[in-house]
Amino acid sequence: MAKVLLEMKDITKTFPGVKALSNVNLKVEEGEIHTLVGENGAGKSTLMNVLSGIYPYGSYEGDIFYDGKLCHFTNIKDSEEKGIVIIHQELALIPYMTIGENMFLGNERGRAFAIDWDETYDMADKYLRMVGLEESSRTLAKDISVGKQQLVEISKALAKNAKLLILDEPTASLNEKESKALLDLLLQFKKEGLTSILISHKLNEISYIADKITVIRDGMTIETLDKAVDTITEDRIIRGMVGRSISDRFPKRENVKIGDKALEIENWNVYHPIYENHKIINNVSMNVKKGEVVGIAGLMGAGRTELAMSVFGKSYGKDITGTLKLNGNEVNLKNVSSAIKHKLAYVTEDRKDNGLILMNSIKHNVSLANLSGVSNKGIIDADKEYNVALQQRESLNIKCPTVEQNAGNLSGGNQQKTLLAKWMFTEPEVLILDEPTRGIDVGAKAEIYGIINQLVAEGRSVILISSELQEVIGMCDRIYIMESGKIVGEVAGAEATQENIMAHILRTSNKGA
Amino acid sequence: MNRAKVMSFIKANTMIIALVFISAFFVWQTGGKIILPQNVSNLISQNAYVFVLATGMLLCILTGGNIDLSVGSVVCFVGATGATLMENKDVNWVIAVIFMLIIGTAIGAWQGFWIAYVRVPPFICTLAGMLIFRGLSNVVLDGLTVSLTNTTFIKLFGGGADCYVRDIFGMDGFHLTTMLTGILACVIYLFLQIQGRIKKTKKGYETESLKKMLIRSVIISLVILAFSLQLSRHKGIPTALVIVAVVVLVYGYITSKTILGRHFYAVGGNEKAARLSGIDTNRIYFIAYTNMGFLAALVGMMTIARLTSAQPSYGQNYEMDAIGSCFIGGASAYGGTGKVSGVIIGALLMGVINMGMIIMRVDSNWQKVIKGLVLLGAVIFDVVSKKKNN
Repeated sequence: MAKVLLEMKDITKTFPGVKALSNVNLKVEEGEIHTLVGENGAGKSTLMNVLSGIYPYGSYEGDIFYDGKLCHFTNIKDSEEKGIVIIHQELALIPYMTIGENMFLGNERGRAFAIDWDETYDMADKYLRMVGLEESSRTLAKDISVGKQQLVEISKALAKNAKLLILDEPTASLNEKESKALLDLLLQFKKEGLTSILISHKLNEISYIADKITVIRDGMTIETLDKAVDTITEDRIIRGMVGRSISDRFPKRENVKIGDKALEIENWNVYHPIYENHKIINNVSMNVKKGEVVGIAGLMGAGRTELAMSVFGKSYGKDITGTLKLNGNEVNLKNVSSAIKHKLAYVTEDRKDNGLILMNSIKHNVSLANLSGVSNKGIIDADKEYNVALQQRESLNIKCPTVEQNAGNLSGGNQQKTLLAKWMFTEPEVLILDEPTRGIDVGAKAEIYGIINQLVAEGRSVILISSELQEVIGMCDRIYIMESGKIVGEVAGAEATQENIMAHILRTSNKGA
Repeated sequence: MNRAKVMSFIKANTMIIALVFISAFFVWQTGGKIILPQNVSNLISQNAYVFVLATGMLLCILTGGNIDLSVGSVVCFVGATGATLMENKDVNWVIAVIFMLIIGTAIGAWQGFWIAYVRVPPFICTLAGMLIFRGLSNVVLDGLTVSLTNTTFIKLFGGGADCYVRDIFGMDGFHLTTMLTGILACVIYLFLQIQGRIKKTKKGYETESLKKMLIRSVIISLVILAFSLQLSRHKGIPTALVIVAVVVLVYGYITSKTILGRHFYAVGGNEKAARLSGIDTNRIYFIAYTNMGFLAALVGMMTIARLTSAQPSYGQNYEMDAIGSCFIGGASAYGGTGKVSGVIIGALLMGVINMGMIIMRVDSNWQKVIKGLVLLGAVIFDVVSKKKNN
């Protein structure tokens, strides 16, 4: 029986009007990897913020025992001193500082008025090697990939002498290869005695790495599963999270007739907007038919988003060449508004950053891409706009008290639905959905899948870009596989497996190297 | 529940409440002098430039907290060229007016081009404009003062002794036209309120409570009537007020009811999202600054008319008055929020403080200190209340 490193007992935390946690219990043994799962808003991050002292002692009820001692953390410094280090979902590296400066930010080497830069960079390099990075610590943080930045965050935690590492969705913005590397790193540290708590939405990762799984739902601990004792399956975890079993995660489409080609690109080439010799999209040809869901699978940085945006009114890239045909007719979409006029829609990835205007109401967000649809000679008909928003709320099941509410106050899933509503209102024939289910919970995902099926049933076409291979396989009739700006394979949905898609990608990237 | 309602009311109408309290304070401190008919009239005439410039500045700020520092210099430069044309070159005043508007708009377009299409930061670009056009004003005027003599021009743009709308009734000591205009404005306002409500009820939309609507209508009508009464007891409606009213109504309409207006809020709210929704974001920046130049030209004319001359030092700190009014009036320093009505309240607030302090003979250095503190206080309030909302 291993020693219990951390025990959180009966933690209750209330925000004005909301009970975020009620009597949550968590027990973590030394040297294990403990995952926390739960739907968005279940209280996972709140629990970790209580642990790390972001919500100070006194603002919650219950006790925290760490290393056998009762702890009263009043800020992050207190918990870090004990070796509890939290790595947040949003990376906290400052882009124009070097890795070394970032790593020891707030923990500078040397004296307050005489920072020892030699020691800083020497130590930083050592920690970078520990996580398997070969970069110099004098590199600016902005110059390394997101995957590597995440590793830098981990080495930063190690530099603080972490004994208990808390990672909040560390692989959310990583591709499969990078995620695997990160998880393997955690497994290696585990052998060396480091304890970790991992918050994750990705079930395959959890079953790969976790020793124990604690399920949190609506601010309460539902159960703790132990790999040594229980048989853990993805369905088992999902049942715990949502309180019901989603027997069919990807709803079937029936009797959807696949018609003629709705969109077709041939020999599509795109160059980087700043580095003019850098070819981002290399001779890509692809098509999508009416009533068809076509997936684009590939690693982060393979050029999927860039491809989509360059097709969508040249909103990305320079010197775009190639032909684009809609319903068999060649068109030249000079800008986004002409793309919208040609019944094309691009539902952006990252709904907060480039999808919605969070400070505006749902109503205003929904009408934004088709304001002429609610106006007459440039003058907006407020009543019509309101009605349109109501209809969209109804048809997409956006959960909100009124459509006057700010989009920023919605949950992730409802924001995603609002974003979809905005594009549905442009009445598109071809929709490009870029990561439509990232960071939303299982229930909302199922709703999005239902909407996709509804769209193709109406004879529209959907191009689905997703980093979750299961999703692409589960939803698509056909899948293009992209790597380094090229299409490296095409498989029928029925024949696709994670293995054969990954094989296509890996074979190409090995060749390239 | 009731307490929460009161709080939300206060939050939504902070600046109006502040305006009421500050006005009441000055009424008390000046022994009522500040609401004498002449002072009410002066409040409008003296601050007309702020109302117009602040409206234009709001559009720039909406695009993302961007300001235009050059407006004071542009006002001066446009006024200087206009005065020179009319007085030294004997150009017809109508042609001079058209020429001034074209120059102002062209200057705006010039700055807008760099800002929108080359992406020079607005702060730097307009700081350069501030220097360039102040310098050019000196060049045009040769460092001298040009006096204006064209009375039609002066009267039309709100200057001189007779800068009021003519009274068609000609009563002694009471300007009946003004009072009737005020009553007409009330009637139109009430009509629009009732019409809007009927339309909403017909279509089955949610309407606000009748009580709330009545109280608001009564208060607004009373304010309009009281205001018109004071103006009628002086010399009537200043022509500057007519210009301000037109500008405020037109821009209020554009920002709240048109696609173009919505685009300004969208660009300031989230530029990337706006671009990917088919909005030409560069064009919006360009329009904001071009329009600022146009309104600066209008103020240029109002300024030389009011002072019946052009001098190289005119228009100094006008940009600061406009920017200050926007922020006091609730525009966000990050863009995306703010209304024309708010900006007008902000400008009025500044105007009342200014006038109140002058009547109270507060030392002019202290006046600056107090105005600075008011601006800081307003922005702090905005930032803090937003934080609490999150």
